[in-house]
Amino acid sequence: MQSLTNRKKVVSNKEMTWVEKLYLPAILGGMRITLKHIFSKKTTISYPEQKREFSQVYRGMHVLKRDEKGAERCTACGLCAVACPAEAITMVAAERKKGEEHLYREEKYAATYEINMLRCIFCGDCEEACPKESIFLTDRIVPADLKRGEFVYGKDKLVEPVDKPIDISKRQTPEVLEFKKNKKLTHNR
Amino acid sequence: MPKVTIDGISIEVPEGTSILNAARMIGGEIVPPAMCYYSKLETSGGYCRTCMVKVVKGSEKDPRPMPKLVASCRQPVMDGMEVQNITSPDVIEARAGVVEFLLMNHPLDCPICDQAGECNLQDLGYEHGKEGTRYEFKRREFEKRDIGDKIQLHMTRCILCYRCVKVADQLCPSRVHGVMNRGDVAEISTYIEKAIDNEMSGNMIDVCPVGALTDKTFRFKSRVWFTKPVEAHRNCTKCSGKVRLWFKGEEVLRVTGRKDEWGEVKEFICNECRYDKKNVSDWVIEQPTHVDRHSVISQNHYENLKQMKLDTQRLKAKLPENKTNGSK
Repeated sequence: MQSLTNRKKVVSNKEMTWVEKLYLPAILGGMRITLKHIFSKKTTISYPEQKREFSQVYRGMHVLKRDEKGAERCTACGLCAVACPAEAITMVAAERKKGEEHLYREEKYAATYEINMLRCIFCGDCEEACPKESIFLTDRIVPADLKRGEFVYGKDKLVEPVDKPIDISKRQTPEVLEFKKNKKLTHNR
Repeated sequence: MPKVTIDGISIEVPEGTSILNAARMIGGEIVPPAMCYYSKLETSGGYCRTCMVKVVKGSEKDPRPMPKLVASCRQPVMDGMEVQNITSPDVIEARAGVVEFLLMNHPLDCPICDQAGECNLQDLGYEHGKEGTRYEFKRREFEKRDIGDKIQLHMTRCILCYRCVKVADQLCPSRVHGVMNRGDVAEISTYIEKAIDNEMSGNMIDVCPVGALTDKTFRFKSRVWFTKPVEAHRNCTKCSGKVRLWFKGEEVLRVTGRKDEWGEVKEFICNECRYDKKNVSDWVIEQPTHVDRHSVISQNHYENLKQMKLDTQRLKAKLPENKTNGSK
């Protein structure tokens, strides 16, 4: 069979010379490489104690934002789900009742909102599609787990707590703010 | 029979046909959009002005052009008439202005609206409108009004096309539904609240080009593009029983009339079919509805997947004899 690459090397059965039979030069050569790596800079870090610096627009675990009054911004319009290339997002809408105005911003809200983090490819299309500035990707990492079912994140994990808002201001780079200034795109109001 | 030329395409149509209907006979891109005209409802049309066209030659006898743009749904054709629709920059500019007027008071609550995805005004704005709005004042507001447990009225979304009033007038013998007040404060309403109990009243939902009248039994159940339309029928004593079912999984979420390419229902259906028959066992399913590829409803509906045809004869001839035997 013809080889696919030219990297194939034919093994030779050449007799070793006397120096080679000593094996010492080869061992010393190997030791030299090992010692070099002991003193060079490490490429790994010990993660939970040490953290790497993330990009400003790093795309990690999602958050569903609340508005200034603490009401959920999401109206279950389904645009994130339709934009999602991995079909990771599902939701069920419900109608806001009287007296729930402080909980939900609009007439309609998401009764359940689920993202399957195993399906999600963290492309950020949902954030871009959202007309209500509700969903954002953050620099948080989706933690590992033992069961598949645990990766389907519901509203309990996605909606930010009222008393502990998730900061997404770092994502608002000059380019993003410039886009939002454009009042022609009225959903930015 | 009068011969009319629309955007350079000629057609002979019966006497008294409107320009809009003549254009629909030709079909394609040159058909003017219509928000208020509805071919199944008499005296409809002439309110919204989206179907305006330019008549560059009045007729064979009087070849002078018409001084202003005319509403093509109300203007009958004359022999030798020449009409410009998409070939005239005037028409395109005027139509963008009309869309701006229609959207002046229309709220931007598409993320909440159940009509989003099959809304004529959305399509119109997308195809003919401008990107932004210049309107800076507060949009009009109305007191919320309950008009029954089957139909949800959102008066703020209404564009006053009068289609629902024509339905109430022409399909329901005792009219309980009309337009009150004038001008900016005009609104569709019922005089006696919760009085729309006529068995054909549900057709108001289908004729409404925006989300002003929506199905209360479908309210916030699902976005339109997550449901799958299917043609179905049943034996109904009150109507033809030919409907469109909107499935989500195994569940029928909504029943509507069958709409044609112009967004008009082919046959009006009764309220029993619309609201009370939501089991799959009530219906004989015919086929999946053809959804236009450019519609958001076609999302995830793969109706055009074609199975690749293998030329087995040629393949067999190519393969050596022992290999074909070996694979068996």
